[in-house]
Amino acid sequence: MELLKALVEHRYALTASILFVTGLMNLMQQRHLVRKVIGLNIMDASIFLLLASQGYVEGRAAPVVAAGMAEQAAELYINPVPSGLVLTGIVVSVSVSAFSLALIQKIYREYGTTDIKELVHLVKRED
Amino acid sequence: MLPFYHYIPSVCILLCLLSAILLAAVRNGRAAFAAGIGLAAVTAVLSGVLLFMLMPAEESFTFVMGHFPAPFGNELKAGPLQALLTMCFSLVVGLSLLGGWADLKHDVQPDKLSLYFVMTSLTLAALYVLTYTNDMFTGYVFIEISTLSACALVMAKDRGPTLVATLRYLFLSLLGSGLFLIGVVLLYSVTGHLLMKQVGQQIIVLRSTGRFGLQLAFIIGLFTAGLGVKSAMFPFHRWLPDAHSSTTTASSAILSGTVIKGTVILLIILFCRVFTLGMVNALHIDDVVFALGIMGMIFGSISAIRERQSKRMLAWSSIAQMGYIFTGIGLGTRAGIAAACFHILVHATSKSMLFCCVGRLSAVNGHRKMLKEMQGTARHDILAGIGFTLGALSMIGIPLLAGFASKLYLATSTMDSASKTAATLFALALSTVLNALYYIPAIVTVWAYPEDALIGRAPRDSAFTVSAAVSIAVVILLGVAYAPVMHIIEVGLSLL
Repeated sequence: MELLKALVEHRYALTASILFVTGLMNLMQQRHLVRKVIGLNIMDASIFLLLASQGYVEGRAAPVVAAGMAEQAAELYINPVPSGLVLTGIVVSVSVSAFSLALIQKIYREYGTTDIKELVHLVKRED
Repeated sequence: MLPFYHYIPSVCILLCLLSAILLAAVRNGRAAFAAGIGLAAVTAVLSGVLLFMLMPAEESFTFVMGHFPAPFGNELKAGPLQALLTMCFSLVVGLSLLGGWADLKHDVQPDKLSLYFVMTSLTLAALYVLTYTNDMFTGYVFIEISTLSACALVMAKDRGPTLVATLRYLFLSLLGSGLFLIGVVLLYSVTGHLLMKQVGQQIIVLRSTGRFGLQLAFIIGLFTAGLGVKSAMFPFHRWLPDAHSSTTTASSAILSGTVIKGTVILLIILFCRVFTLGMVNALHIDDVVFALGIMGMIFGSISAIRERQSKRMLAWSSIAQMGYIFTGIGLGTRAGIAAACFHILVHATSKSMLFCCVGRLSAVNGHRKMLKEMQGTARHDILAGIGFTLGALSMIGIPLLAGFASKLYLATSTMDSASKTAATLFALALSTVLNALYYIPAIVTVWAYPEDALIGRAPRDSAFTVSAAVSIAVVILLGVAYAPVMHIIEVGLSLL
């Protein structure tokens, strides 16, 4: 029962850990380059989940202060800092994914494959 | 009203970012090149002015970015050490661009040449932020910017092997920055802050109460591994030889000279400002970094001996030289970190000069890249030969050159940490012999009489001549007048 309680209490951290390991295994094990990028995205998403959960407080509102409510106590809202960080993180993640995909497309045009082992072999032969 | 020099760090960063944006609209490669050199020169001078203003009073300051004061806003922190390092980075980027300009025109498509300087501006911006930032999350964002701009610098030479090298570099770098980000998130969750000073204060409170000990050890491990991947720390170095050797000369020089140093500096700042050396010692993180540094030092040199391609040899040597830096950090003392900082300057100046000289020597012989094909090339560009020779001797650690001073400081700094003295001195001696084993034959090769007439003799390259002359002067200056530089580093570290 205690264990179950702890699991429920740390559900976000637990899900984030599972997602992170899934992403990392994808990045390490997959030979297809696009699948590696997907792995990276899963890793990033897991970190964002963990970060967003740090700022969330059960029962509180989104930190959007309406006109005339500025004096309201901060206790009404969730912590807005992690949300801001997640948004920045998403922008970074999107840019990195776009860059990776463009690079993969260029490599495919050059070698006709997206298999990392084949690519390493082809590059060795070219050198 | 703040004194004018308090604005210098932010002005330098904004100048770099602004010029990156403006250069994207420039179509003329030569104009973009002039702007890139101008930016490096202006930022170097501004950093020099900052150093000049801070040193007499041994002062450091915090600059609030935007209108939100601590603990909510974003901050920069500047002191003599940061000013010295950024001045060195700007200088190295400028000299690398000058030294590699002829190769840039040869390797990069003319219509994309101007975009190359967008990337050098972004790289410089990232280096400045990593050195000056007082905010952990800003550090993460600029680690990613440095990754993307560095990848673009690698793939500037638009060939298949270079693209694959870029991709491997990109994936490993992203893994490194991912680990760093988890570290930031976990640190935020236990301390509730992102600004380094506030995080450091909370950590002192947590340590005094004995809470979150395991989590903090895990977090330092994540930072070390994440930034270690980015800085080619052994055993996370596999991406470096391909990425640094397959690209154009200026990129190799900028990447080896500066980009891998930015993340090391962030690690040093985290160790000193956030976690404190006492905590790093208590958790034995310094011992791990020390062991990996020694292994990198030896392994990098052995791999360089086996290498037959000139630029790849220099790239393997960079892994060995990063090993020196990590060994200094791993000593876990202020003196060790000061020696590591000095070696950052030494390696940045010497290695960028070596890459530029090898690029020039290779151009003299029709852009051939194998070492044996460079026989006698120094006789066709004496200055490139002298630069290569002095750079190599500096890396070996010959007196009156920069590398000797950093090895001397590294050796003397081990006296503070008795348990590591023997291992460090043995590794230094072995590494010096190994360095000589690959650099001396290379020096002999470039100065030997050529067996055949050299092909494709390159025309005079005045940009390279200026770069090589200044680089040689800097390497000799660091080797002769090392005491004042070390004094700045020691003062800077005490104010970090």
